[in-house]
Amino acid sequence: MTDTAVEAEVVDTTEPLLSVEDLHVSFHKGSQTVQAVAGITFTIPRGETLGLVGESGCGKSTTGRAIVQVERATSGRILFGDTELTALSRGDLRTLRTQVQMIFQDPISSLNPRRRVSDIVAEPLNIWKIGTKEERKESASAMLDQVGIDPYLLGGRRPREFSGGQCQRISIARALVLKPKLLVCDEIVSALDVSVQAQILNLLEDLKQQYNLTILFIAHDLAVVKNVSDRVAVMYLGRLCEIAPSDLLYEAPAHHYTAALLASAVEPDPETARSSAALLGEPPSPINPPSGCRFRTRCPRAEPRCAEEVPEMRQIAPGHQVACHFPIGA
Amino acid sequence: MSDRTLLEVEDLHVSFATSRGAVRAVQGVSLTLNQGKTLGIVGESGSGKTVLSRAIMGLLPRSSTTQTGSVRYNGTEILNAPNDDLRKLWSTHIAMVFQDPMTSLNPVQRIGNQITEPLKIHLKLSKGEAKETALSLLMQVGIPSPVERYQAYPAQLSGGMRQRVMIAIALACAPRLLMADEPTTGLDVTVQAQILDLLGQLQHDRDMAMILVTHDLGVVATRTDEIIVMYAGNVVERAPTNVLFKSMAMPYTEALLKSTPRLANPSHTRLTAIEGRPPDLLHPPAGCPFSPRCPYAQEKCHRERPPLVEAAPGHSYACWFPLTAARPQEVTV
Repeated sequence: MTDTAVEAEVVDTTEPLLSVEDLHVSFHKGSQTVQAVAGITFTIPRGETLGLVGESGCGKSTTGRAIVQVERATSGRILFGDTELTALSRGDLRTLRTQVQMIFQDPISSLNPRRRVSDIVAEPLNIWKIGTKEERKESASAMLDQVGIDPYLLGGRRPREFSGGQCQRISIARALVLKPKLLVCDEIVSALDVSVQAQILNLLEDLKQQYNLTILFIAHDLAVVKNVSDRVAVMYLGRLCEIAPSDLLYEAPAHHYTAALLASAVEPDPETARSSAALLGEPPSPINPPSGCRFRTRCPRAEPRCAEEVPEMRQIAPGHQVACHFPIGA
Repeated sequence: MSDRTLLEVEDLHVSFATSRGAVRAVQGVSLTLNQGKTLGIVGESGSGKTVLSRAIMGLLPRSSTTQTGSVRYNGTEILNAPNDDLRKLWSTHIAMVFQDPMTSLNPVQRIGNQITEPLKIHLKLSKGEAKETALSLLMQVGIPSPVERYQAYPAQLSGGMRQRVMIAIALACAPRLLMADEPTTGLDVTVQAQILDLLGQLQHDRDMAMILVTHDLGVVATRTDEIIVMYAGNVVERAPTNVLFKSMAMPYTEALLKSTPRLANPSHTRLTAIEGRPPDLLHPPAGCPFSPRCPYAQEKCHRERPPLVEAAPGHSYACWFPLTAARPQEVTV
């Protein structure tokens, strides 16, 4: 056990670290309103990784940004432990950000090109004046070392001298240097080559164990999400379709959208049935979403009831929730 | 389907002149492609796969590159051919779909104009004929309400729709060979499946050959006849698709496959990452380019570069100690 774990307050591990309740995020475009996130509810227990998958425009990134309060929620509650994030003052929010960190997709543009990487990683410590100057420098070096960047050889270099994968390692070091409790990862490996992607995913798994992190892992790649997540939530057009433990969700999807996504995915194996387009067309506009179930316009199983009644999330097996009137296998 | 050879590349070398020296992006690549067949070129960033496909097309700038070897299309040498000759080949014989549909389309021209342009230039169609053909092409690539889309600007379309428009432009003059460079990278899985289905269907209907360049082994696994794996400017393995996945011989191919997360594996399956980075192409290593990262590398691998040899019919690889053979340390037991 590390020191931090001993110091941490004694808590019930099943108690969620993050609860999102009926979260709505809307954007205004002229007189039109885009409901990017239209009422989603989920929790992440301490130490768990929740994967959030969906196609572009489904609101998965907006959800992540609302949790770290880069985007403000239109309505709904976001509870971090016992703290209601949406009600915090600016000052309190600033303090809280030390515990909730986010890593972004583009590793190169999310680092300041003019600064040395050792300074980039030490910056959060400097802002919060944690320890003496020497201690901060040491913590930053230790953190860089942990993510596989030699602080003595490479700490003095600037981001452009690093590859995409290395920049993503530096971003991870910067996010973890304050020892946050919750980490929001938004498509952090989608710009990387497969071999580098594997390095970063393995690193994230190791750091999660070591720092006892709770992670919201947002990505569009189903195989990547399965690899790192304990549970996976599927999102479509601003709403959640299904949440289940990873292996269960991939083996026995209950929502027709989840099944279609899985059927569309490609596998590096000629023996597997060739993936084919299980869905035609593209998602409708979130400005004017379909009534009832938002997926019904593309759903192979849609019936009149789907247009009239919004399917609520309901439990169909332990830990397996689905928002569908006619789930698969029911 | 005939076995007629459409494209033959022999010992192609491409290097870029930079202020720090020559970057040897492609180092002696040979390949052949028959009419109606699909070849997958797989590799990571910097492997030379995109440079190779652009060299075949004749799209690389002449002033800053040196290209040697041979690229024959239908028996005619086209490497370093005059631009006028290449222009006659483009569109009508060889066409290309680029990765980024956002930047490959002209943002200030209507979709219709961009599709009719090659028709008017290469096929000398009249304005009316060109429009008719363009509308039929938009329909073929699955664009809903083509008459409205014909008048649209690229920004009014989604990424998937733009890629369909790119495909329509590439197919406008009925090419015999389609080069698709990462045609689905950046698209959502459902759209990716749609685009790959569309390319496969069109290729089948037109008996067209295709080169599918990608970093994703999943994309080529079920949609190609043959695969070439590139690493640091070299072809390191080449085999018919089924053979490659069944009995891959080159450790890099295996490493690439093992580092790919699989839907079939349980969650939290530890990935086998390839440690280190690809070599600097300004100073390629003397031995096997993969040897510094290869888990099986022996002394000989660091010293001598393995040649690409055909070990079984159609299956070639560049490795001193292929996975399919008994390893030295295993033999001595």
